[in-house]
Amino acid sequence: MAADPATIAMNPTPSNPRDVLLRVDGLKKTYSAQGRDVEAVRDLTFELVRGELTCIVGPSGSGKTTLLRCISGLLEPTSGSVVLDGAPVKGPPRGMAVVFQEYGRSLFAWMTVRQNVELPLKVQKMSKSERTRLVDQSLESVGLAHSADSYPWQLSGGMQQRVAIARALAYQPQLLLMDEPFASVDAQTRADLEDLVLRVRHQFDVTVLLVTHDIDESIYLSDRVVVLSSPPSTVREELEIPLPRRRDQVTTKELPEFAHLRAHVFRLIKRESGAETPDAHDSSSLATAGEL
Amino acid sequence: MSLLRTIAYAVTLPLLLILAWWLLTINSTNFFVPRPGPLASTFVDTWFSERFTTDVVPSLTRFAIGVTLAIVLGIASGLVIGTFSWVRRFCEPLLEFFRAVPPPVLVPVFLVVLGASDTMKVAVIVSGAVWPVLLNTVEGVRSVDSVLSDTCRSYRVHGAARFRHLVLRSASPQIMAGVRQALSIGLILMVISEMFASSSGLGFTIIQFQRSFAVDAMWSGILVLGLIGVLLSFLFHLVERRVLSWYHSQREVQRGR
Amino acid sequence: MTRTGGLPGRVLIGPVPGLLGIAAFLGAWEVAVRGGLVDDRYIPPASTVLVAAVDYLDDGVFWRAVGRTLGAWALGLAIAATAAVVLGILIGSSGVARRATHSTIEFLRPIPSVALIPLAVLVYGTSLQSTLLLVIYAAFWQILIQVLYGVQDVDPVASDTAVSYRFGRIARVRYLVWPSALPYVMTGLRLGAAVALILAITAELVIGGGGLGERIALAQSGGALDKLYALIVITGLLGVAVNLVMRAIERRALAWHTSVRGEVPV
Repeated sequence: MAADPATIAMNPTPSNPRDVLLRVDGLKKTYSAQGRDVEAVRDLTFELVRGELTCIVGPSGSGKTTLLRCISGLLEPTSGSVVLDGAPVKGPPRGMAVVFQEYGRSLFAWMTVRQNVELPLKVQKMSKSERTRLVDQSLESVGLAHSADSYPWQLSGGMQQRVAIARALAYQPQLLLMDEPFASVDAQTRADLEDLVLRVRHQFDVTVLLVTHDIDESIYLSDRVVVLSSPPSTVREELEIPLPRRRDQVTTKELPEFAHLRAHVFRLIKRESGAETPDAHDSSSLATAGEL
Repeated sequence: MSLLRTIAYAVTLPLLLILAWWLLTINSTNFFVPRPGPLASTFVDTWFSERFTTDVVPSLTRFAIGVTLAIVLGIASGLVIGTFSWVRRFCEPLLEFFRAVPPPVLVPVFLVVLGASDTMKVAVIVSGAVWPVLLNTVEGVRSVDSVLSDTCRSYRVHGAARFRHLVLRSASPQIMAGVRQALSIGLILMVISEMFASSSGLGFTIIQFQRSFAVDAMWSGILVLGLIGVLLSFLFHLVERRVLSWYHSQREVQRGR
Repeated sequence: MTRTGGLPGRVLIGPVPGLLGIAAFLGAWEVAVRGGLVDDRYIPPASTVLVAAVDYLDDGVFWRAVGRTLGAWALGLAIAATAAVVLGILIGSSGVARRATHSTIEFLRPIPSVALIPLAVLVYGTSLQSTLLLVIYAAFWQILIQVLYGVQDVDPVASDTAVSYRFGRIARVRYLVWPSALPYVMTGLRLGAAVALILAITAELVIGGGGLGERIALAQSGGALDKLYALIVITGLLGVAVNLVMRAIERRALAWHTSVRGEVPV
């Protein structure tokens, strides 16, 4: 086990008061399966700054999805707290929207694209005109205005994930949570979707928390990256990404800072995996994750 | 061209079979085997008469009421049992048992309790047709996709909206499979309940024909039941295509990929 | 079937809640009758029915009736299955045959088997053939439909492989069609077995000629209510047993299969 640096990294910095939207404090999640307790998340503390895009990156099986489910209120943590904009999260709050990795399973196959995006608004009893406006706007921004009346299964994987993103945007969340959103699409689509997220986060002025195992992706997208340790998870390190705000798939990734950050995060994670298996054979999976 | 071919495929074998039947019975004196011509005229004489309103309509009305009740009851209790896992664990062996009871054996029981009334016949139909709907609904509710369920939770779609937009719709393929079974069981029970204790209805009339050795009329009655079965399956297909169009198209797309 | 968000009731797992459910049902039945909520001229108390059911266990006539019912069931199912599998493979492996028979099958299949009761009585009287006719007719379609689906489900790549290695017709059926269709055949057999039992008992009930169904009819006409209910409980248990046995056979037969496929919703 590597030394736990979470407490050092997460010392509050009063000299620089931040506009915190979400605070995760001492989060711990233990599953009990067949009488055996499995500790998925040990002790996580971090903050999301309003308006920023934060990525959580960690070795596979590091409890990223568990963490995201706890934050979104889908899962009750064993201990610790999640506070969104001053209100503790108990069950899914109104201010959050989630985009799941399994786009094919998170869309209603019996509803058109428009109905899929509209449903959460309809349930809120929002007026018809307001609904139509929001749905049109969000579909337009993800480039699906022409597919509004198609069914999800008539669309490609990338387009289905766009529908899920449009649904999240139309919901007007303060915080957009994305769980490995691009892990199941091909490389080109993935790059397109990454740029789409960068565009809409500004357009809709939304704070984003994105979970990924892809180091390049996390650095490319983020203002801030939280690196998790291997399970049971703690925060290995939290680092700011001082890249120019305007990102580009080619030029940003050519920057020397990008390479430095990438190497830094890579070593952190490799050390995490290496601590578990001295052969460090499994770092190959990270190498593929870091391609693109 | 392809339409012509489809029609040709659909009618050739039935026509050949009828032709073979006609040829084989042309000189037949077998008492039990009807000939196409006389059977057709008996069919018209027997069923395009007041018998249609005195026997066919009441039978079908009881069938419709019974099956509708069974579907509503089955879906409602299936939703409850499928939603709460403790209810399901509590009920499971009982349901296995009730499903396995051959529905016609309940006819004598209902006869004792309700007498030879219309209520009894409807009750018999409900008691047999409710199980496939109920058990399929339970299965459908249980197999609601967990990601979709999480999606609903995180977008705060709950209560009645969740049932309407998530549970009912995603269980609908299983529910429809149950409805299909309910229709055929309901039809069987409609006939049986009338054969057992009745003074009118299709089942009763056909048995009367048989007892009085009116063989052609009996065959025509069998034909009526067959036609009802075919008509029901046709109507079911129409409804199913509408209700589950998303499901069938989705499966086609998935298979094509 | 894994499901998230289940109740964490650790005590209420295993067979306990199910047994509780049965006990609660029997208890409610007993109390409802004894308390006068339900007229005992219509429904005897649960305990009386259970005693009558247990009494049957050393009744030779009863066991002969069970034997006859199960005999008709097994024989009918075997004939229906053989016919359905042979015909299904013949029809299913030829596109022309499949399309030419489609309308006929879709017409004959929904005909309720009980429509044949008067015919059976007229031709065979109360003999075993009457019961067999109904059992075979009912079970045949269930199995045939599944076999037809199964034969169409042959993996196209496997089929191409067989063609490129110049498999003969028999070899194709033996090594390609049959194994692919087997899961569907087993599903059809399971569904057919349940239907066959229903029809065997129904035929005996309506037509007579021995068997459990006739015992039920006799108990009803003789006004022996406790026996009537006991017999119904027994037929239910018999149905459960048939389902369990068929499922066990299905699992055994498909143990080699990587994924035991679901049934076709037809």
